[in-house]
Amino acid sequence: MSPLLRVDRLVTGIGAARVVDGVSFDVAAGETYALLGESGCGKSMTALSLMRLLPDGGRILSGHVQLGETDVLALPERDMRRVRGGQMAMVFQEPMLALNPVIKVGDQIGEALSLHQGLNGQAARDAARALLDSVGVPDAARRLDSYPFELSGGLRQRMMIAMALAGEPSLLIADEPTTALDVTIQAQVLDVLRNLRAKRRMGMLLITHDLGVVAENADRVGVMYAGELLEEGARDAFFAAPQHPYSRMLFEALPRTGDAGRLTTIAGQVPRLDTQLRGCRFAPRCPFAIARCHAESPGWQELDGQRVRCHLAGSLPAGSVRERVTHPVAAHTPQPLLQVEGLKVHFPIRRGLIQRTVGHVRAVDDVDLTIQAGRTLALVGESGCGKTTVGKALLRLIEPTAGTIMLGGKAVPAKNMPTLRRQAQMVFQDPFSSLNPRMRVADILLEGMDALGVGARGERRGAVARLLDQVGLPDDAGGRYPHAFSGGQRQRIAIARALAVSPRLVICDEPTSALDVSVQAQILNLLKDLQADLGLAYLFITHNLAVVEYLAHDVAVMYLGRIVEQGQAGAVLRTPRHPYTQALVSAVPRIEPPAGQTVIRLAGDQPSPLNPPVGCHFHPRCPHASAVCRQTYPERTDLGGGHWVRCHWVAAQG
Amino acid sequence: MSLGTFHFVPVLLWTDALIFMLLTVALATVWWIRRHAHLRAPWAAVARRPMAMGAALVLAVFVIIGLLDSLHYRERLDASPPDRPQYSVEVLSVFDALAGRLRTQQEKTYSAPLAMHLYAKEFTERDGATVRDYPRLEYGGAHLKQADEYVPDIVRRVLVGLLQGLASSLLLFGLLAAWQARHRQMRVGSWLSAWETGHLGWPGRTVVIVLALMLMLGAVIARLAAGYHVFGTDKVGQDVLYISLKSIRTGLVIGTLTTLVTLPLAIVLGIAAGYFRGWVDDVIQYVYTVLNSIPGVLLIAAAVLIVQVAIEAHPDLFDTSAARADVRLLALCIIMGVTSWTSLARLLRGESLKLRTLDYVEAARAFGVSHARIISRHIFPNVFHLVLIAIVLDFSGLVLAEAVLSYVGVGVDPAMYSWGNMINGARLELAREPVVWWQLGAAFAFMFTLVLAANLFADGVRDAFDPRLEERQ
Repeated sequence: MSPLLRVDRLVTGIGAARVVDGVSFDVAAGETYALLGESGCGKSMTALSLMRLLPDGGRILSGHVQLGETDVLALPERDMRRVRGGQMAMVFQEPMLALNPVIKVGDQIGEALSLHQGLNGQAARDAARALLDSVGVPDAARRLDSYPFELSGGLRQRMMIAMALAGEPSLLIADEPTTALDVTIQAQVLDVLRNLRAKRRMGMLLITHDLGVVAENADRVGVMYAGELLEEGARDAFFAAPQHPYSRMLFEALPRTGDAGRLTTIAGQVPRLDTQLRGCRFAPRCPFAIARCHAESPGWQELDGQRVRCHLAGSLPAGSVRERVTHPVAAHTPQPLLQVEGLKVHFPIRRGLIQRTVGHVRAVDDVDLTIQAGRTLALVGESGCGKTTVGKALLRLIEPTAGTIMLGGKAVPAKNMPTLRRQAQMVFQDPFSSLNPRMRVADILLEGMDALGVGARGERRGAVARLLDQVGLPDDAGGRYPHAFSGGQRQRIAIARALAVSPRLVICDEPTSALDVSVQAQILNLLKDLQADLGLAYLFITHNLAVVEYLAHDVAVMYLGRIVEQGQAGAVLRTPRHPYTQALVSAVPRIEPPAGQTVIRLAGDQPSPLNPPVGCHFHPRCPHASAVCRQTYPERTDLGGGHWVRCHWVAAQG
Repeated sequence: MSLGTFHFVPVLLWTDALIFMLLTVALATVWWIRRHAHLRAPWAAVARRPMAMGAALVLAVFVIIGLLDSLHYRERLDASPPDRPQYSVEVLSVFDALAGRLRTQQEKTYSAPLAMHLYAKEFTERDGATVRDYPRLEYGGAHLKQADEYVPDIVRRVLVGLLQGLASSLLLFGLLAAWQARHRQMRVGSWLSAWETGHLGWPGRTVVIVLALMLMLGAVIARLAAGYHVFGTDKVGQDVLYISLKSIRTGLVIGTLTTLVTLPLAIVLGIAAGYFRGWVDDVIQYVYTVLNSIPGVLLIAAAVLIVQVAIEAHPDLFDTSAARADVRLLALCIIMGVTSWTSLARLLRGESLKLRTLDYVEAARAFGVSHARIISRHIFPNVFHLVLIAIVLDFSGLVLAEAVLSYVGVGVDPAMYSWGNMINGARLELAREPVVWWQLGAAFAFMFTLVLAANLFADGVRDAFDPRLEERQ
C-alpha cells in the first residue's frame, strides 16, 4: 500500500538557515504520525513546508512531497489553494489567533464549506452543524451564531478542527493543537481528534513537544532535532526502547512519580541553524559522543523496525543515564512559615458613566494556606482558577480584599511591607517578560538589595557574584544584558533576583511552563538544590501535575477561587478524593498509562468566576453531583494526615 | 576697555542659546549611547542602511548651515571711537560672513534666475536717448560686456564647478581610502574592491556618491553665484539663494526647539497617565482631549497675536530687530510645542499601560522599589525608542507647519527669513504676467530636500528601532 503522504529529503531554508534539513517520512491513511522535538527544531516549519505556507523569506530548497497522487511542490499556487483545506488541512496552536474575531464561527466554517464543497445557504448551515456535532460541540445549532470571543479555548479549538474538516481532507496536520489548553480540555480535544481519525480514516501529522500526548495518540513517532529527523519508529517500540541518545535524554528529563533523584539535563542548546554544521548535530550535547560524531554526519540505521541516525546506535548502554543522587530529607519538625487565613481578592466590575460597582469577580474567595519552612506547597489548578492571584496577593502585588497573612507566627500589617518582602519573593512564568531588556544582569540583581537595603553597599557587588554562582551562571554574566541569554538561563537570572534579598519563601508562578523539557529539568534541579542548601520554602503555582509530583511535599487544588482539596502530595495525587482532582489527575497524558484506572473525562468548561454556580462550584461538571451540591457549598471533610477535601459526595461516603 | 579692541561683539539670541544647549544634549546622548551595547545596536543598524545614510549626509549639510547661521555677532561701526565703541544695529552671523557678497549685492527689484537684466522695464539713457527697456543688473552678470558672452560664460562656470567638485571629491575619496586601508590594515586596492562590491559593513558607495554629488552641486552653485543671482532676486532685489539658505536656520529651529518643548510634557504626562492610572490618568486624558478638540491654528493664531502685542508694548526690552523677531520665533516654538504634545503623550500612555503589567515591573514592585525608580529604570528606557521615532518623524511635519502658519500670517516675524515668508511673498506675484516663480520654486526645492531627507532618515530610524522588524531579522 502506498502511503498517503510521502515526504522525501525535504529541505527548507529561511534566509541562510536551513530550518528543515533533509527530512523524510511517510504517513499512511488512518495513521497518526507524531513529530516530536523541542522548540526551534523545525517541526512547525516542516508542517508549513507541506502546506507551502512558509513565512517571508522561507523557501523550499529541495525535496519531494507526495500527497496521494499529487506532487505538492510541483503544483502552481492556483491548484495549491485547492489542496490546502481540501486534501490537507491544518489546525494551529493558538485558537485565539486562528479565528477571525469579527465573523460568526458559522460563517467562517461556511466559507470553507462553500470553497471546498460548493455548499451554500441552508445546505452549508446543515453541513456546518453536522461538523460541529462530529467534533462534539454541545448545542451546535446555537453555536453557529456565536462570535469567537463568546467561546472558550476548548470550543474554539473544536471550531478550528471543524473548519479544517470542512474540505474533507485526507491528511490533517495538527500543530501543537492542545498546548494552549488546560489538561481537562486537552483531553477532550485529543479524544475528538482520535475519534475523527478512526471514523474518517484520515492521516494525521501531530506536532508536539509533549511525550505524554505522543504516547496516547501516535502510531508512529519521528524525533526532530535541529532541522533533522534523528529517530523514527512505531510508538510501542519507541517508548519501550528509544535508541537515539537525544530521545533517551528527553525521557530522562521528564519528572516522574515518586522519583526523588535528579533529572537528567541536556547541557547546552539547540545549535543555530544558520551556521555551518558538521557531524552529528546532537554531538556537542551528547554525553556519549566520540570523535567520529563530530566529524561525520550519521546515516540511517535499522534496528528492529526502528530507524535511527546515530553512529553508536545499538551499542549504547541500555541503562539509564540518570544520576541517582537523592537529597537527604531534612528531618526537621514542620514549622509554619507563612499562614494565610480567609484570603479574598475580589475585583470590582464598574459600569456606566460614574463607574458604579455592579458586581465582583471573585478571583480568590476564602483561601487558607499554610506553608511550612523548607518545604514545597504546590498550588494546582486550571487557568483562570485564581492561583496566580493568590501568589500575587501574598506579596501584596494585588491588594487582598480580606484575609490575614502571618509570617513566622506574626501577622504582617500593611505598613510593614519591607519585612514581608525580605521574607518572600517571586519567580515569574515568562523569563522573557520578567527581565528588563534594558538593564544589565548585575543591575537587575542589585535592584532588590538596593530597594530593601540588604547588606552593606560595598558588599553587594560580591553578593551578585555569589548569586550568579549559586544559580549556575558564569561570572561574567553580570555585565551582559538579558537578550544574550537563553530561556533557561534567563529563568536562572530571575531566580537569582528573587534570592538576592535572601528570602525564606519563594513564590514560583509556573516557572517552567514556558521552557522546553530538557531546560525545565535544569530549573527543577536547581530549585531542589537551592531548597536543600538554603532551606527555602516554595509556593509552587502550576498546572503541570508531573512537576508537582516531582517537586512538591504538599498540594492544594484550586477550582474557581477556592481550594477544593489539600494534603500531602503523594496522598492527593495517588488517591485523589475530590471528583475534580480525580478528573485532573486522570486527564494528564502519560507515557505509561496507570493500569486499572478508569479514565474520567470532564464535560464542559470552567464557569466564569464573575458568576460562579450556586452551591458547590464544581457541580455542573461533576459526575457525582446531587441535590445538596446545587444548594450549599460543602464544608471541609478531614481525611486524616492533613488531607482534607470540600465535597458533599466524599462527606457522604465517609 | 577690552572689548574695544575687537571688531565685533558676539550676540547670543534666545534661540541660539537653546540650539547650542540642544546640541550639547545631543552630543551627550551620543556619547551615552556609544557606551551601551543595546542602545548602540539599533543605531549601528541605521548606519548600515544606504538610504538613511545618504539622507543623513544631506541633513548634515542643512544642520551645518543652520549652526553657522546661529553664531551671531554685531560689527563695530568704523566711525565709532576706539575707547567708546559703537556697534551696528544689524545682527550678522558667521554664515553671513561666509556668504559675503551674496548678502550685500542687492538689485533694485525682481530678476529671474541667472539673469543679466532686471525683470521690470525702466527708463534708461542709451546713446543719448531715453528708452524704456529692461536695464542691466547692477551685479548679476555685470562682468559681461556683450550679451552673446552670456551662454559661454554660464557653460564655462558650470563645467569649472563640476570639475572642481569632482576633483575635491576624488581627493576626499583618496584620503578616505588611504585612512580606511591604514585603519583596517589592508591594501588600498583590496579596500577599493571591497568598496566597489559593497562589502564594507557600511554603505560606502552611497556615502561617497552622495558626497560627490553634493560637492559638485555646491561647486557649480558657488561658481555661478560669483557672477549671477542663481535663484534670481526678490521684490526688494535681495538674492533668493541667500534668503533660502538663511531660511534653513528658521526651519531647523522650528523643527527642533518645538520638540524640546513637546518632549518633557509628552514624556512626563504620558508615562504618568499610563503608569499611575486612576485619577491621574483621568485628569491628563481630559486635558489632552480638550486640547485636541480646539483647532490648532486657532490656538496658535491667538497665542501668536498675544505675544505680538506683548512685544510691541515693550520695545525697550529688545535692542535690535533681530532680537525681537527671535523672541517671536521662540514664542512660536513654545506655542506649537504646547499644542502638539498630545499625540506622543497618548502613544506613551498606551505603552506604559502595557509595560506596567509586565513581570519585571511586578518584580520591582515586589522589592518595594519606589515609583520614581520604576519609571526611570523600567518604564522610560523601554519607551525611549518611541520618543526617538516621534522626534524624527515630527521634525518634517513641524518644518511644513511653519510654512503654512507663516503663509496664513501667524507664523514667524515678517522680517525674518523663512520659507513660509518666501511663499507668502511670492503669493501675489503668481498672478503677475509673466509669472515670478523663482521665489516659490526655491522655497519648494529647499523644503522638499530637507523634508525628504528627514523622512528617509526617519524611515531608517523607525525600521531599526521597530521591535517587530527586529524579530524578523
